[in-house]
Amino acid sequence: MNSDLVSIAQSNQWLALTPELLLGCLALLLLALEVILPKKEHNAIPFVSIAGQLGVLAWILLNYRTAFLGYETFGGMLRHSASGQFMRVFFVLCSILASSLGMVALARQRLPKIEFFHIVLVVTAAMMLLAQSNHFVMFFVALETITVGFYVLVSYFRTSASSLEGGLKYLITGALSSAILLFGIVLLYGVAGNKALPGSSEDPMNFVSLHTFLAANPGNFLASVGIVLVLSGVAFKIGAVPFQIWIPDVYQGAPTPVTAFLAVASKAAGFAALLIFAQVFSAYRGVVEPLLGIMAAATIILGNLGALTQHNVKRLMGLSGVSHAGYLLLGVIASYHVPQAIDAIYFYLVVYLCASFAVFGVMTQLAGENDADQELEHYNNLGKPHPFLGTVLAIGLGSLAGIPPLAGFIGKLLVFVAAYQAGLYWLLVVAIAGVVLSIYYYFGWIKAAYFTTLDAPKADAPRVAPARFVLASPMVAMLASLALLSVLLGLYQAPLMAWIAMLHY
Amino acid sequence: MSLPFDLLFLSIATPLAVALILALGLLPKPWATKLAYVGFAVPAVIACCLWWRFSATPQIHTYAFYNAYDTGLSSLGIRLALGLNGISLPLFVLAGLVGLAAGLYAIQSGAERLNLYLTLLLVMQGGLMGVFASVDIFYFYFFHELALIPTFIMVGIWGGRDRSYAAMKMTIYLTLGAMLSLIGLIAIYVKSGSSGGAGSFDLITLRAILLANPLPGVVQKNIFGLLMFGFGILVSLWPFHTWAPLGYGAAPSSAAMLHAGVLKKFGLYGLIQIALPLLPLGAGQWTWVLTVLALGNVLVIGLVTIAQRDLKQVVGYSSVMHMGYAFLGVAAFSIVGAGGVVLLMVGHGLSVALLFLLSTSVYHRTQTFDLDAMGGLARKAPVLAAFFVAATLASIGLPGFANFWGELAIFVSLWKLAPWVTACAVAGVIISAIYGLRAAANVFFGPPTDALTKVVANRPVLDLRWNEKLPALVLLVALLFIGFWPKSISTPLNAALQAIYPAAQSAVSAVVVSK
Repeated sequence: MNSDLVSIAQSNQWLALTPELLLGCLALLLLALEVILPKKEHNAIPFVSIAGQLGVLAWILLNYRTAFLGYETFGGMLRHSASGQFMRVFFVLCSILASSLGMVALARQRLPKIEFFHIVLVVTAAMMLLAQSNHFVMFFVALETITVGFYVLVSYFRTSASSLEGGLKYLITGALSSAILLFGIVLLYGVAGNKALPGSSEDPMNFVSLHTFLAANPGNFLASVGIVLVLSGVAFKIGAVPFQIWIPDVYQGAPTPVTAFLAVASKAAGFAALLIFAQVFSAYRGVVEPLLGIMAAATIILGNLGALTQHNVKRLMGLSGVSHAGYLLLGVIASYHVPQAIDAIYFYLVVYLCASFAVFGVMTQLAGENDADQELEHYNNLGKPHPFLGTVLAIGLGSLAGIPPLAGFIGKLLVFVAAYQAGLYWLLVVAIAGVVLSIYYYFGWIKAAYFTTLDAPKADAPRVAPARFVLASPMVAMLASLALLSVLLGLYQAPLMAWIAMLHY
Repeated sequence: MSLPFDLLFLSIATPLAVALILALGLLPKPWATKLAYVGFAVPAVIACCLWWRFSATPQIHTYAFYNAYDTGLSSLGIRLALGLNGISLPLFVLAGLVGLAAGLYAIQSGAERLNLYLTLLLVMQGGLMGVFASVDIFYFYFFHELALIPTFIMVGIWGGRDRSYAAMKMTIYLTLGAMLSLIGLIAIYVKSGSSGGAGSFDLITLRAILLANPLPGVVQKNIFGLLMFGFGILVSLWPFHTWAPLGYGAAPSSAAMLHAGVLKKFGLYGLIQIALPLLPLGAGQWTWVLTVLALGNVLVIGLVTIAQRDLKQVVGYSSVMHMGYAFLGVAAFSIVGAGGVVLLMVGHGLSVALLFLLSTSVYHRTQTFDLDAMGGLARKAPVLAAFFVAATLASIGLPGFANFWGELAIFVSLWKLAPWVTACAVAGVIISAIYGLRAAANVFFGPPTDALTKVVANRPVLDLRWNEKLPALVLLVALLFIGFWPKSISTPLNAALQAIYPAAQSAVSAVVVSK
């Protein structure tokens, strides 16, 4: 027993967690700065946060091939892998973008500001841990940290009723899904810890020993139930049907930067977890595959049908995001048959990040004081007063719709090719129908922004034309580079493919 | 490579680069317009130049001017491979010439937001050159979409009546078609890899692989079906044509010229270059379905066209109708048939572009598209009338114009399929003569109506100006040139088809014999 503790203590390689620790320290530093600095200097704190995150990003990139790759640390709690490194970079990028958008959105509100940046950092660190977790305890703690952080972030605009409503809905459905997940974990723990069964383990919550146990006991009913429940818990994170129910209201109520963070980072965290579980549960493929298959089909159909009728752009982005989760699920299922499906998922996630943040960036710029009130008609004729924002919006939406030559098309192509190779013909038919449906609402939005209607404006129409304002130049640079990436990755994929190829070292 | 730099790449990149410069607004307006001339002229000049040098150029697997570039997807077998063979050369030239005409017409049109209009047209032009220069079927699809998106936007912004509805309908319809054909192309890619070895999107590799290991008949049937309906929607195969007259009715003239004249040929080109040679067994099983649908194009749409009273609708429907002949040529699945389709595509592309251009010119003079409200325009605008009548005769398929050779070859090839099909198809010529000549007569001859006299009283009707004549001349001269010297196209075309088709056809006959 004593020697066990010693070996665990020796495996506590804190150096392996440098990025997460740096983010945590940065988060604390922000709070300290708020106390130390005089009030008029507080405007500088968000810049400190972004600069710090850029530093963390640089640290990860400089130590991309860390010595810990392939090793477990902290008594098997964490496993450092190439995909973990990839997701670390991904999450830091998300948090930098979300923080920048947060500066714009918070400037319009009379609210305490520093906590926002603090929580974003904590959530990001938790997401990184989630993507590298190798143990149900680690996984659950990281997941709950993310979820609790988002409870606060979603209801951050506490003067807005819809923000509070969104927070409450996220809290209740989130708690429900955590309970389901926990129940699944307990079942798996109980079964895998049963000494009477072959392959049982001292530490059944460890993913490696769980994988060994499941391989030794194919077709165990309780284990199957546990797997279904765990996957359901993860499905809540990615917003897959039937756990998408919270998405429209929460996306609408949450401040736009938080919506973007939820839509991209939280979803990506869910998929990182799902890819881990797909491997852990690979012996129960017979359960996992049909479950994910039905989920993917329902997600694509319901997401797109739901988005068709939306007039609020935040709800529209939410429901269309649901359909993107469906396409990604297609990739997860295909990954059982063709290994390059995993590459396709990572490619898709990066492309989705660029396009989504471009669109959410434009939305943040155009949002009025009431952040939940962002209707399609506010975008009427956007192209005239704001040609730059109009272009970025069109590129972002076009990429989400998957139109060549934009990057979204290549992402969809890679996923579809993998799905075809895996023989998922029926799911592919559903996906194609979904893409065609999605053209309707994405183009409807672009149409509102560009195609001038000849109808005379109604006398009582409120706030039809977007107000004029001046864009801050960092914001212009950020949006322009996101749009540019969405175009360039459609034409020349070599850099991203090379980065993704590093997953295989 | 005998040339110092890759002209094909240049023909795609130049319009796109000019479009980028215009979009960024780097130049003052007069200079931007001058630069746009360059953007439209360079592809046309390159196309004619390559046409001239084609037979003298060494070929690699029937492709001349072949070059390949890696963009990072080579692990998937995707490379930007550019080259021309006898099948793509005529269409490449067509894209260059119609692009030039549409560009010249657009520059002088004085459209609102001219800069954006020219930008979108240039993007379309770049995409079109890319479609026919691609040897890689992924890029073949990619460039098609690149050219298609500006069409939607142009219809939406500069369109006429019902533009919003038309743009939406076109977008959804054509996306559906494109998606179906994309899945078909992915299927070819995946299946080509299933016989061991990596799959490829490269047409040369695909031909080699699929010739050595033909796919099973059922697989071929399914994939060919996907491609047939996918491409069919894009080419307005009956009954999936309803987007076309609506879209062309609403589209601004240059966009309609480029789309109806060139972009729509994408689907037929795909069938001839990709689907037929790679999936001969599949093609054989769909012959009669395709024949019946194509006859629907010729006869049903032909009669619908006769009933139209709106000049632009007549041109729009007639272009749908003529696609029926092309589909019949595909269904015949022979060297003569496929060659006829390519010739017809070139002839039809030139003549329909000319008709769209001229009907807009007619509109500028009469302020109406309504055939019943026009008449006697020939006396005021004799040159316009001469051009219009020539274009009408070309589209009917009179000897002396390029269309004639295409239709003739298709009718000959259909005789082998079944004589009654030829009879039905020839009946279509009569139908197109009825609506074509009647439209020309309504517009240009007879006494002017009262309504027209009123319009004309306010503003004198002028004949074609030089900036309208020039694009019209480009198209008409090309029509006559090919009409009188079809060999300039048919020799390389025949060589390419001879190299590709017999192998595919022998695969079919081998299966028939073994049954």
